[in-house]
Amino acid sequence: MSLGSKSQSDTAAAQGGPGLVSVAMTVNSKAVSADVDPRTLLVQFLREHLRLTGTHVGCDTSQCGACVVHLDGRAVKSCTTLAASCEGSKVTTIEGLAQGGQLHPMQEAFREHHGLQCGFCTPGMIMAAVDIANRKGPNLDETTIRHELEGNLCRCTGYHNIVAAVKAGAAAMGGARQAAE
Amino acid sequence: MYAFEYLRAESLADAAKQLASKPDAKLLAGGHTLLPTMKLRLASPGALVDLGRVAELKGIDKSGNALVIGAMTTHAEAADSAVVKSSIPGLATLAGGIGDPHVRHRGTIGGSVANNDPSADYPAALMALDATIATNRREIKADAFFKGLFATALQDGEIITRISFPVPTKFAYAKFPNPASRYALVGVAVAQTAGAARVAVTGAGNNGVFRHAAMEAALGKAWSAAALNGIAADAKDMVSDIHGDAAYRAHLVGVMARRAVAAT
Repeated sequence: MSLGSKSQSDTAAAQGGPGLVSVAMTVNSKAVSADVDPRTLLVQFLREHLRLTGTHVGCDTSQCGACVVHLDGRAVKSCTTLAASCEGSKVTTIEGLAQGGQLHPMQEAFREHHGLQCGFCTPGMIMAAVDIANRKGPNLDETTIRHELEGNLCRCTGYHNIVAAVKAGAAAMGGARQAAE
Repeated sequence: MYAFEYLRAESLADAAKQLASKPDAKLLAGGHTLLPTMKLRLASPGALVDLGRVAELKGIDKSGNALVIGAMTTHAEAADSAVVKSSIPGLATLAGGIGDPHVRHRGTIGGSVANNDPSADYPAALMALDATIATNRREIKADAFFKGLFATALQDGEIITRISFPVPTKFAYAKFPNPASRYALVGVAVAQTAGAARVAVTGAGNNGVFRHAAMEAALGKAWSAAALNGIAADAKDMVSDIHGDAAYRAHLVGVMARRAVAAT
């Protein structure tokens, strides 16, 4: 892919800093590649190089989970992962969930249950929620959901509806999977 | 984060070679301590050698009476492993209680052990289980490995390859997590082997993870939570900070030790 604006990596190269590193990965089913400054975090790569700004940076200290994406099918904090470490990996961001104009069942559940207030934590919450459903199945109780959401903070403290949304979304994902089989 | 050179190791030998080729290179495992530390500019290695694709460092096996976990095994992999669950279930529980799900998908046992954070969970398990840390050069017993706050017996250029845990008769770990960081405010690991008991404490000691001789003696005679009644940690050896003072931590050591034994 071509990188439009002057990126952080261009600056580092111009300053004669340590060399750039080539990285190629699949993001939301599209092959992408770039030469990046080794310091580039996965979240920076997604937001600043690919312009996929749905993934948010909240705390930038691996606490809040606003930056959660799926790396090879598992939820990770993209603010604490180097882009260079993702060579050859498959990444899914919030932009990659909806298919053919249809919201993902978890997105639909967050809409239906109003699982958001300001919405800043929502992309990370939804990516975490899909990961929880993938690992724990469609029938989640409230205790499990709250425990599994320990890595995601909502500063509006709107957890009640988020938990309801995750429960409904996981059940809908299970239903969708059954329908597909 | 200061600039660094990124090197990607393809094998253990390659990692050792790359590590030796740069005077101020560090190994990158899961990166969940190292990268935040670098963001804060508390660490500024000139180069990082990424161990992410070194297959030799991955995997979980049972070898004789020992559970062997590769250094690059993530906490989530250890927590979910059928082999870990069947040989030392308490160790799977410990791994499943580190950080949060996203941290567990990246953080590794080798990284945790090499970092020896005084509030990390794994060091207590390694001490209590009398584990052996294998590196690309030698094998080191846990008792000789952990050397205080963030200090270990590792030499320059040495790479942890796997951790070997002799399977005990009983093992459990109980922690009182800091509600924000999930690090142990106090964590106690207890293990019973043929004829001996071992107790290791993390999060509390001024000098990092430590074994508790009086508790080990008591549990050696009678393996029960009640056997620990009246045995306390010495507050003068405890950490005192905004999260809890020394007396509070000393008290928690007793509480967590009894909970751990009760869980076995």
